[in-house]
Amino acid sequence: MLQLLLFNVTNGLIIGAFYVLMALGLSLILNLSNVINFAHGGFLVVGGYIAYTITPYVGFWGALLIAPPLTAIIGLLVERVLIRPLYGRDPLYSLLLTFGLAFIFEDGTRFIWGAQGKPVTVPAVLAQPLSYEFFFITGYRLFMVAMVVVAVAVLFVLLRYTRLGIRIRAGTLDLETVSALGVNVRTLRSLNFAVGIFLAGLSGVLAAGQLGLEPTMGSGLLMPSFIAIIVGGVGSLTGTLLGGLLIGVASGITAVFLPAASEAIMYVLMAVVLLIRPRGLLGEEGMMT
Amino acid sequence: MSDQYDARKLLALACIWAALLLAPYWMPPLGGYTALGTRVLVLGLAAMSLNFLLGFTGVLSFGHAAYFGLGAYGAGLSLKFLAASSPLALLMGMLLGGVAGALLGTLIVRRRGVYFAMVTIAFGQVFYYIAFQWSSLTGGDDGLRGFSRQPLDFGLFKIDILSNADYFYYFVLFCFALIVAIMSFILRSPFGRTMLAIRENERRARFLGIAIERHIWIVFTLSCFFIGFAGALYALLNNFADPRGLHYSQSGDFVMMAVMGGMRSFWGPLLGAAVFVVLQDYLSSVTVNWMSFVGLLFVLVVLFFPRGLLGMVGRKLAS
Repeated sequence: MLQLLLFNVTNGLIIGAFYVLMALGLSLILNLSNVINFAHGGFLVVGGYIAYTITPYVGFWGALLIAPPLTAIIGLLVERVLIRPLYGRDPLYSLLLTFGLAFIFEDGTRFIWGAQGKPVTVPAVLAQPLSYEFFFITGYRLFMVAMVVVAVAVLFVLLRYTRLGIRIRAGTLDLETVSALGVNVRTLRSLNFAVGIFLAGLSGVLAAGQLGLEPTMGSGLLMPSFIAIIVGGVGSLTGTLLGGLLIGVASGITAVFLPAASEAIMYVLMAVVLLIRPRGLLGEEGMMT
Repeated sequence: MSDQYDARKLLALACIWAALLLAPYWMPPLGGYTALGTRVLVLGLAAMSLNFLLGFTGVLSFGHAAYFGLGAYGAGLSLKFLAASSPLALLMGMLLGGVAGALLGTLIVRRRGVYFAMVTIAFGQVFYYIAFQWSSLTGGDDGLRGFSRQPLDFGLFKIDILSNADYFYYFVLFCFALIVAIMSFILRSPFGRTMLAIRENERRARFLGIAIERHIWIVFTLSCFFIGFAGALYALLNNFADPRGLHYSQSGDFVMMAVMGGMRSFWGPLLGAAVFVVLQDYLSSVTVNWMSFVGLLFVLVVLFFPRGLLGMVGRKLAS
């Protein structure tokens, strides 16, 4: 029993770490540009498939290094051409546009790579279980969590100590003032978008190693990321981090006692948070509108 | 000027109703079929219900498919387990969608703007998972089957809406007219004016002492009742309720219909639904990659026709 619980909590943490990576990217874009990026899951899938395609040439490590920046470049192009014209308008329009993009990504990947799932082989070093007793902790899972921790740490250092990061945080609070201070807001938004998509691409590569690849996998991961943001509190990246881990662990624990409800528990958690603390766990009062 | 405007409006209304009333006669020669017309009418009603909230109060719900789908399941379950009666099925469907909307609405109205949209999407998915998981009741992934709409029994005479597609079309048109009349009555009332005030300037409306949250909750609930009714009609049309009817991608389709037709006009969503349904019907018959084309349609409409078809016409007329 204890082992089962431990197994599911670990599982939940790993899945939660994954949601965190997705949700942080979404959250960055949402906070600064007020865009709900419905195509975020699509970018994740594209990142995964790029990794799958280049693995035969550069190996898994090479793909891990190359695929996320490539995805970010695609994201940058999309932002420049399609999303930039929508900034001054009702958020409805960027929502609809990225929604359509998600369709195109899903159908496009199916067209190029086929509807069948693709397995991605991870290096043998990572595939071994670490011990017999804790068979479920494979090297790859530990590696995934380590990668997420590194990515989150780098992101928070970037936001706290670099000029770009400080501008992004300032822009989240008051973009108009940041613009008046002479910062090029358009570039800021583009870079911020690219950082968000980079995270999606990274999650794509990591997910490919763990779950294999499927054209539809993006939309399945999107909803938990939304919930992570709402639970954690809109406007707070630390909140998103906390929210992602929380719903991951919650669904992991629920899977032990009531497997059918492991998905539903996330929504229950969201309802409870909205009921007693509408702004989310770490959301700030001014951010709620 | 105003008389001329009113005359033009009346003429447009007469044209719309004439086209709807005569649809079973003019559609087949153009290559359509009556069931397609019925589908346009039902989905158009759904898009108009959503637009009641979106276009006239300015609140973006991206999860309305949930209440549409609940309406469909409510009607289906009522026909299957409760009683073989079409009107009862419609009532049960509308109640299920509307009551669920009223309850969740209390949580949802606490947020505004993009976050309102996010919360509506997330809550909408709850019902998708329930329909998907609870397969003993809902049929799970396969959808709810094993029911069919029943002839209308007026005691003295019966109207066979089951086997006669034209009769069913007129039955749906009657229901459509009923809901549309209620909507336009509400929009003309002081309450409707308040809705517009909230859309135009929420802060000023708040300063005028309007209880914003309560108003939005009422409009949200009403629109859930309407769209639940449309969902129930949809179940009667297909004799089937599909879990994908609850999914957020269906919500996206409804929003698209409203935007494409023109959010700011009362009839826009119906036109949007007609274009969308016919286009989707056509695309899925000619290419397996129809999803890409629908996605492309979303992108193009947003970038180049954000005001929608009727919005553009209205602008042309004004200039």
